[in-house]
Amino acid sequence: MTVSAETKRSGATESAKTVTITVNGRSVEARQGEMLLTALKRAGIRVPTLCHLENLFPSGACRMCVVEVDGFANLVPSCACPVTEGMSVKTHSPRALRARKTILELVLANHPDDCLYCVRNDNCELRALAAELGVRQRRYVGERRQQKEDLSSPALVRDPEKCILCGKCVRVCEEVQGVGAINFVGRGSATRIAVAFDEGINLSSCIYCGQCIMVCPTGALREQSHIKEVMDALKNPEKFVVVQHAPSVSVTIGEEFGLKPGADVEGLLVAALRELGFDRVFDTAFAADLTVMEEASELVHRIKTGGKLPMMTSCSPGWIKYVEEFYPDFIENLSTCKSPQQMLGAIIKNYFAEKQNIAPEKIFSVAVMPCTAKKFECGRMEMLHEGIPDVDAVLTTRELVRVLRMRGMDFKSLTPQVADTPFGDRSTAGKLFGATGGVMEAAVRTAHYLLTGTDLPDLKVEAVRGMTGVKQARLHIEGKDIGIAVVSGLGNASRLLDEIRAGRNDLHFIEVMTCPGGCIAGGGQPHSTNLNAVKERMQALYRIDREGTIRTAHGNPAIKRIYQEFLGEPLSEKSHHLLHTHYHKRDVLV
Amino acid sequence: METNPKVCCSACWHTPEKPCPELIECLLNGSKCHDAHAHSESVESRLARLRRDEVDHMVVYVGAGTCGLGAGARKTIRALRSWLARHGVEAEIVEVGCIGLCSAEPLVDIQLPGRTRVAFASITEEKVAPLMDAIAAGRIPHEMVLGQHRNPKQSPWETVPYLDEHPFFAPQKRWVLTNCGLIDPNRIDEYIARGGYRALSNTLKANTPAEVCNIVEQAGLRGRGGGGFPTGKKWKIALNTASDQKYLVCNADEGDPGAFMDRAVIEGDPHRLLEGMAIAAYAIGATKAYVYIRAEYPLAIERLKRAIQEAQQYGLLGYNILDSGFDLEINIKQGAGAFVCGEETALIHSIEGKRGMPRPRPPFPAVRGLFEKPTVINNVETLANLPALLGNGAEWFSAVGTETSKGTKVFALSGKVSRTGLVEVAMGTTLRQVVMEIGGGIPNGKRFKAVQIGGPSGGCIPEQHLDTRIDYESLKTVGAMMGSGGLVVMDEDTCMVDVAKFFMEFIQRESCGKCIPCREGTLRMLEILKRITRGRRSEKGNEALERFMGVLYMTRLAEVIKDTSLCGLGQTAPNPVLSTLRWFRDEYEAHVYERRCPAGVCTELRTFEIEPDLCEGCGLCVSKCPTAAIVGLPRRIHYIVADKCIGCGSCADVCPSHAVKLAEEEPAAATVAEKAESGAVRSIFAPDVFEGWHEGKSLLRMDDDQ
Repeated sequence: MTVSAETKRSGATESAKTVTITVNGRSVEARQGEMLLTALKRAGIRVPTLCHLENLFPSGACRMCVVEVDGFANLVPSCACPVTEGMSVKTHSPRALRARKTILELVLANHPDDCLYCVRNDNCELRALAAELGVRQRRYVGERRQQKEDLSSPALVRDPEKCILCGKCVRVCEEVQGVGAINFVGRGSATRIAVAFDEGINLSSCIYCGQCIMVCPTGALREQSHIKEVMDALKNPEKFVVVQHAPSVSVTIGEEFGLKPGADVEGLLVAALRELGFDRVFDTAFAADLTVMEEASELVHRIKTGGKLPMMTSCSPGWIKYVEEFYPDFIENLSTCKSPQQMLGAIIKNYFAEKQNIAPEKIFSVAVMPCTAKKFECGRMEMLHEGIPDVDAVLTTRELVRVLRMRGMDFKSLTPQVADTPFGDRSTAGKLFGATGGVMEAAVRTAHYLLTGTDLPDLKVEAVRGMTGVKQARLHIEGKDIGIAVVSGLGNASRLLDEIRAGRNDLHFIEVMTCPGGCIAGGGQPHSTNLNAVKERMQALYRIDREGTIRTAHGNPAIKRIYQEFLGEPLSEKSHHLLHTHYHKRDVLV
Repeated sequence: METNPKVCCSACWHTPEKPCPELIECLLNGSKCHDAHAHSESVESRLARLRRDEVDHMVVYVGAGTCGLGAGARKTIRALRSWLARHGVEAEIVEVGCIGLCSAEPLVDIQLPGRTRVAFASITEEKVAPLMDAIAAGRIPHEMVLGQHRNPKQSPWETVPYLDEHPFFAPQKRWVLTNCGLIDPNRIDEYIARGGYRALSNTLKANTPAEVCNIVEQAGLRGRGGGGFPTGKKWKIALNTASDQKYLVCNADEGDPGAFMDRAVIEGDPHRLLEGMAIAAYAIGATKAYVYIRAEYPLAIERLKRAIQEAQQYGLLGYNILDSGFDLEINIKQGAGAFVCGEETALIHSIEGKRGMPRPRPPFPAVRGLFEKPTVINNVETLANLPALLGNGAEWFSAVGTETSKGTKVFALSGKVSRTGLVEVAMGTTLRQVVMEIGGGIPNGKRFKAVQIGGPSGGCIPEQHLDTRIDYESLKTVGAMMGSGGLVVMDEDTCMVDVAKFFMEFIQRESCGKCIPCREGTLRMLEILKRITRGRRSEKGNEALERFMGVLYMTRLAEVIKDTSLCGLGQTAPNPVLSTLRWFRDEYEAHVYERRCPAGVCTELRTFEIEPDLCEGCGLCVSKCPTAAIVGLPRRIHYIVADKCIGCGSCADVCPSHAVKLAEEEPAAATVAEKAESGAVRSIFAPDVFEGWHEGKSLLRMDDDQ
């Protein structure tokens, strides 16, 4: 097989020309035309922000980053001020500090003082800023905005009173994800963020990706918590509680317990879950292998029989909802495979239950996911089996961290353990699912095997790796020319779908991950997630793959066994019954 | 004898598809390419008819702009029609725009064949018959006369004063408003007959876009929408930015309270705006233009639509205008009524279909604006200046005005002034001239207190600065700004704290809600003002302390809002407070220290007393008092319980014997303001208190900043 990569990179608009500016009396090198804030950050000068989002057009809403620039009558927002040669800047002059503090005090005057009870009390940006600027009194008092919490959705909770209207959620939703479920409504001090017609989120086009939670500086957005359901099940002796953890969780959760970003703590994670009292600990990556088997077979089948192409992955529940709402004409293109979470859920409540002789209704199946949309997915009608959900509760990485803290667990000093058989054995291909391009890489490995009967000489498919939002390549297998694309971030997906709608027909298989970067940057990940951490997590997954012994789904003995014992072969009737589903056009208010 | 209006004469073979470059010349001077002699006479008489130099029957002009209609012009027209029908008199009724003197609406002009046109003021429905009866009897009813128009081709009425000698009109220099109220805004021919579209025609023939930019820059025309940015300079930026598409946007989102210049121009002379837009679009290389106009101006929109249609039929808009190769498509975009959409970037978002919220600049719209393309946004008045400017040249334009501000400025004069309306004066005219001469001073013998200029972004100018000359820079020195041209006159009965509160209320409601200082800060400033105008009786808990704290921090808050807000709206939001504080500090101090409102406007701070000698004990006041604050037995003297009284004044209104009076303040030994002057106490509003404040010098030490 040969691979020709067509990775598209957006060209940098800033010129490479360097200029010298003076900041607080010292010389700082900067690039002509870049924003002052970027230059200051590089020079190690911290200017606080509340509304800044990397790589997006500055909104200039919070005014927290204002600095004094010679020649300007007013203070200047450094996030939106292009650097020019000879510029002289004072970042922490009394005037700038007074302005920042006043602005923060104005925000606080309209903010509920319930930090003790707030879900973000340990990582609230507003609270940190109040400490940084030394706010010690309520200087401005007056009427406070009063609004109700929106608990309507299965995945997200909005607490508008805590919203400081920085607008980051709006921008992520519209500019990154192309959804635009929320926007500013009303004017003046009555301005608020709402979905269309002030309805609940459940009636909106929200896809529950949770990227808004990731950028929210306060506790205005959070996941719909399943902690209570899980804890209740754990203390119920009648319940047989099973947990699965997603591939990206083990390379993330360590950060919350003081480990370096990218540390893989799979053993510790399994030990911690056992310690919590779960009866079985399984690895979703096993189901990822299963997904690869089914999906690669489906692709080969579609190519051979002239089925609907390009086929698109269906692992990411936000993406599924997005297609249902915005691109229903592509529903046929979606792979019929359920996501790994739902495949494992179905296998547990059928195969496993049967084998262990436990009534399926006695099993409480929990999934630890980097994702808020998974909470929505597990409750979908398609995911119920005779009225019983395949997965009963989904904990985000964040929630699991909270549970572990609540239980006083000294995570780092646990003794690593291995997951339970039979669904704890995975290949490293399944583990790659945690990063954008991982599904594609795993599927290419297996599809190659299915088409040629041999494995790829070097299993690595470089062209689909990395953080780039849209990666494209052409595979040449056995004289067949196969076009593939890997997309993360639904704004990118939308552009690609528009191209296909407009007639593009060179693609056969497209992987789409809702969140930019994949699950390692998912909406259920810790708030400390940043670009650097995501890159480290990605490298950790590649490292696991590099060092692994079983690197293909079809090479996983546990997978072979389940096909022998239970499923027969990929796309068998049993597979179709348990592991495949169909989606339908979804109407939303807007 | 109306020939096809789209061409100069019946022999003309041009069509809008095959435009004639000389259309305007031919319409004005007779056809150039046909048998000119045969047509010249009819051209002359056609023009005379269109200019109304010659009429063959009576013409009645009615001011039917929004101001006229509001004063009852529709009923006046109906009454005129029925009078004409009843008396079998043949006359033409022409609905014109507003001539400017809104307080004299409905204005009716009557022109008899051969005689000059005479304007009559306040001709409401019931005055129609007396007026027409007098006219029919060959008499001019002098008590209704405003003045006669001057026209050397007609014989004037003796004993009727000329309109251009009227104190309202005499000091004005009407360039932009020159046709308003005179011509039928729905007829492009009348505009052309008065020289309209000639500047566009000549410019397209004689000047390159860069030359047009130069002329406008040399003329010194500056944006009339408030900012005062040199128009030619702005155009050049857009002209020099390479792009496949450029846009011109006319900002007609006139949102300032008390401003209605743009409306009047569009209602009275829409083609002047269109011609200006065509010139501007040509100068920057735009082929598409938008008029962003508020939906609350239905009449202006209707007239503009009609004007665009007519101009297209004449080939003065659309494809290959006057065979010059220049195309222009003008679209109307109606605004949904957000004040902030007057801000350039918010306006752009609104046209794009997004929420009207400003974005940071740079990039400036002239570089990257509407749909990411170079866009010039000019105000209605700026654009309406162009036909005359290009027609007469840069020198002619810059001969009028001051060093830095050239030409004229239109103001909407309103408030406590004898004559209200639209006035256009040369830059450099003093505010006193505008208020006292043109406006006729304060009615009812009241004293002048202040004039508010520039809308919510502007400031109040007190008596001592009334001789400030109107130009962009001078106004800034007294804490105000040109703004779009609202002039609200206030007399001694106005409370300046209340005025500040009104504008703050407006601003905080109209803030787009994007940036924190404007959204949250203006709300807190409003609350501070509300607290100091609220009576002590309604204060609970530690509200008195909050009131005091608010006063302490008001200036600091105002400064930060000015210093950090995202757009012009926020950056100027504290101006009404800062300027009233600057010139009327004593009024604030009376509210804060003495808890009284000198103008008697803030009702909660009023205290009423019943004069025992006059009270007859009728009990009417008791029945009207909403808070049961009056006690007294029937036929005995009544008393007001001060703690319950909310100062509404209902008792004073109903008292038949005028016994309820506003309590006279005990003549204090010296007001706090006077004490502050003498140095006995330090005023909380004294600027130096706040200067020291930020350096931690304040005695109160409540600020933990540095």
